[in-house]
Amino acid sequence: MSLLEVRDVTKVFGTLTALGGASMTVADNEFHGLIGPNGSGKSTMLKCIAGAEIPTSGSVVLSGKDITGATPPERSRAGMSLKFQITAVLPQLSVYDNLLLAVQAHQPMLGLLLSRSRRALDEKVMDLLGQFRLADRRDDIAGTLSHGQQQWLEIAMALSREPKLLLLDEPTAGMSPQERRVTGDLIAPIKTRCSLLIVEHDLDFIKDICDSLTVLDQGRIVATGPTAQVQKDERVKEAHLSHG
Amino acid sequence: MSQVSNSGPLRRVLPVVEIALLVLALPLPWILDDFWVVFATKMIILALLAISFDLVWGYAGIMSFGQALFFGVAGYTAALLATKSEVTSIFILLPLSGLVGLVLAFVVAAIVIFGKRIPSVVFVALGTMTGSYAVERLARGWSWVGGQNGISSLPRLTAGTYEIEEGIVFFYMALAILVVIYLAVRFLVRSQFGLVLAGIRQQEGRLGFFGYQVQSYKGVVFSLAGLIAGVSGGLFAFHEGFVGPGQLGPVLSTQAVLYVLFGGVGTLIGAVLGVSVIEMISYALPQIDTLGSAVQEFLETGWPIVLGLLLLATVMFRPTGLIGLVVGDRERIGTFGRRMRGADAKREAP
Repeated sequence: MSLLEVRDVTKVFGTLTALGGASMTVADNEFHGLIGPNGSGKSTMLKCIAGAEIPTSGSVVLSGKDITGATPPERSRAGMSLKFQITAVLPQLSVYDNLLLAVQAHQPMLGLLLSRSRRALDEKVMDLLGQFRLADRRDDIAGTLSHGQQQWLEIAMALSREPKLLLLDEPTAGMSPQERRVTGDLIAPIKTRCSLLIVEHDLDFIKDICDSLTVLDQGRIVATGPTAQVQKDERVKEAHLSHG
Repeated sequence: MSQVSNSGPLRRVLPVVEIALLVLALPLPWILDDFWVVFATKMIILALLAISFDLVWGYAGIMSFGQALFFGVAGYTAALLATKSEVTSIFILLPLSGLVGLVLAFVVAAIVIFGKRIPSVVFVALGTMTGSYAVERLARGWSWVGGQNGISSLPRLTAGTYEIEEGIVFFYMALAILVVIYLAVRFLVRSQFGLVLAGIRQQEGRLGFFGYQVQSYKGVVFSLAGLIAGVSGGLFAFHEGFVGPGQLGPVLSTQAVLYVLFGGVGTLIGAVLGVSVIEMISYALPQIDTLGSAVQEFLETGWPIVLGLLLLATVMFRPTGLIGLVVGDRERIGTFGRRMRGADAKREAP
C-alpha cells in the first residue's frame, strides 16, 4: 500500500484550473520529485496535499486514511510535515527557539504551560541543529540567518516532528550552487526515516536524490515513474524545454 | 515585522525595572497622604486590566477592544451580589469576579476566535468592541442594574468580620493581588506555552502546520485574560464603591489599549508603567496653574483628545513604548530554550 495517494485531484481558482484531475502515489521511504515548468500546478498540488488548499474535487489519502478535508494540525498529527516555498521561520526568535517550537508541537498544552519537556527536548533540538549545520548559530535570531540557512532551519523544523511524509516546496530556491550541494547532502540521510515529496524547479538537483518523479504541465500529469525512466520520456523533455 | 538584531550580549533590564517599581510602590502608603494612597490603589487595580490586555495583544496577538466587558460585567455581578444578597466576603466576591470574567471571555472567544479557520485581527477587534458596546448600552437601559446611574454606595468588602476600607489595607491587598497575578502571567509567557504564543504572534498561519491547534491556545489565553480583567473589575467596584455603564464600554477598553501601547506592549511591566504614567498625567496636568486657565479648562474636558494624539504618536514614533527606551527587542521578545551555558557544560564534559 502506498503511503500517499492523490486521486484525481482538481483545483479551480475562479476561471483558472490549476490542477485538472491529477493522480500520483508516494511509497514508504520513497523520495519522490514533483517537477514541471512555472505555473504547471506543482505548488498547488503540494498545498492540496498539505491542507493549505482544499481540492475542488478528488481525494488525498495518507496511510489509507482520507485526509482531503482535514485541517493542517490534523494532517500533522496524521504524520505529514511541510516546508513552504517561502521561508517562514520565526524571524524574531532564536534559532534554538524556532526548533524547540517545532519539536514540542505535539506535547500537551498543560505540559507546555508547566514547561515540563523543556529539558528533555534539549538533546533532540541540539542534535537537529548539529545535523543541519546550525549548532553554532543556535543563539542567533533566526531572521539574521542567510537565506540558505533559513531554508535548512525550516527543513529541520519540518523533520523534527518525525513525520511519515515530508513535503518540501522548492527547498533550494534562491540558493547558491554551494548551498544547493549542501542541501542535497542534508536531505539524503533522511531517507531511512520518512518518505519525501519534493517540489523542485531544478531537475539536476532532484534527479540525484529522487527515486521517482512526477511531471506536471498545465495542471496535468505528463509522466510519473522511476527517475531514470521519466527523464527519458519525450513528453517530459518537451514540457521542460518548451516552458523551462 | 521589525528585524531584531543579534548585536551584543543579551542584557537583562526587565527584572531591574520590575524590582525598582515594586520597591517604589511598597512604602507609598507611609509617604503619601490618604488621597494619593487611594489614587495609587486605583492605578494598581487598573494595572491588572492593562495586564489582561497585554496578555492577549502583546503575547498572543489578539486585538481585543473589549477587555472592559469582562472588567465591567464582573464588577456588576459582584456589586449586585453585595447589594441584593448582602454578600460582602472578599473570599467569595473576588473569585466570583474572576470566574465571571473567565466564563464570559470564553463565550466571547467561542464567537470570535474559535473555528477551523483563523479569524482576522480586524474581525476580532470589531467583535470584541461590539460586544463591549452592546453590553454598555444594555446596562444603561436596564433599571434593575441601575440604568445610567449604575449601582452606587456599595458596602465594603469583608474578610471575616473585618471591613476592608480604602486606604492602606486596600492598597497592600491590591498590590499583593497584582504581584501574584503578574508573577503567574510572567511564568506563563516565559514557559513553553509562551513560546507557542510568540509563534502565534509572528507566524500564526504557520503554526497549524506544526500541529498546533492555534485557536485553542488563543482561546485559553483570552479566557485567562478575561479572568484577570474580572478580578480587576471586582476590586475596582468595591474600591470606588460604585459600578456604572462606563466600566463596560469601549472607552475603558480603549484606555486599556492606550496604557499598554504607551507603556510598552508585550513586556507586562510596560502595562503597569503605562497605567502609572497616564493616570498621573491625566490627574496632574489640569492642575498645573502655569499652563493658564484656558489650557486647564481644555484639558479638563479635552483630555481624551490629548490621549488620542499620544496613542497616535506612540504607534508612529515609539511602537515599543516607554519601556523600549531601556529594554532591547531581544529581551522584550525573550528566549525560551534552556540556559545554553549549562547545556554546553554538560554536553562538552568528557
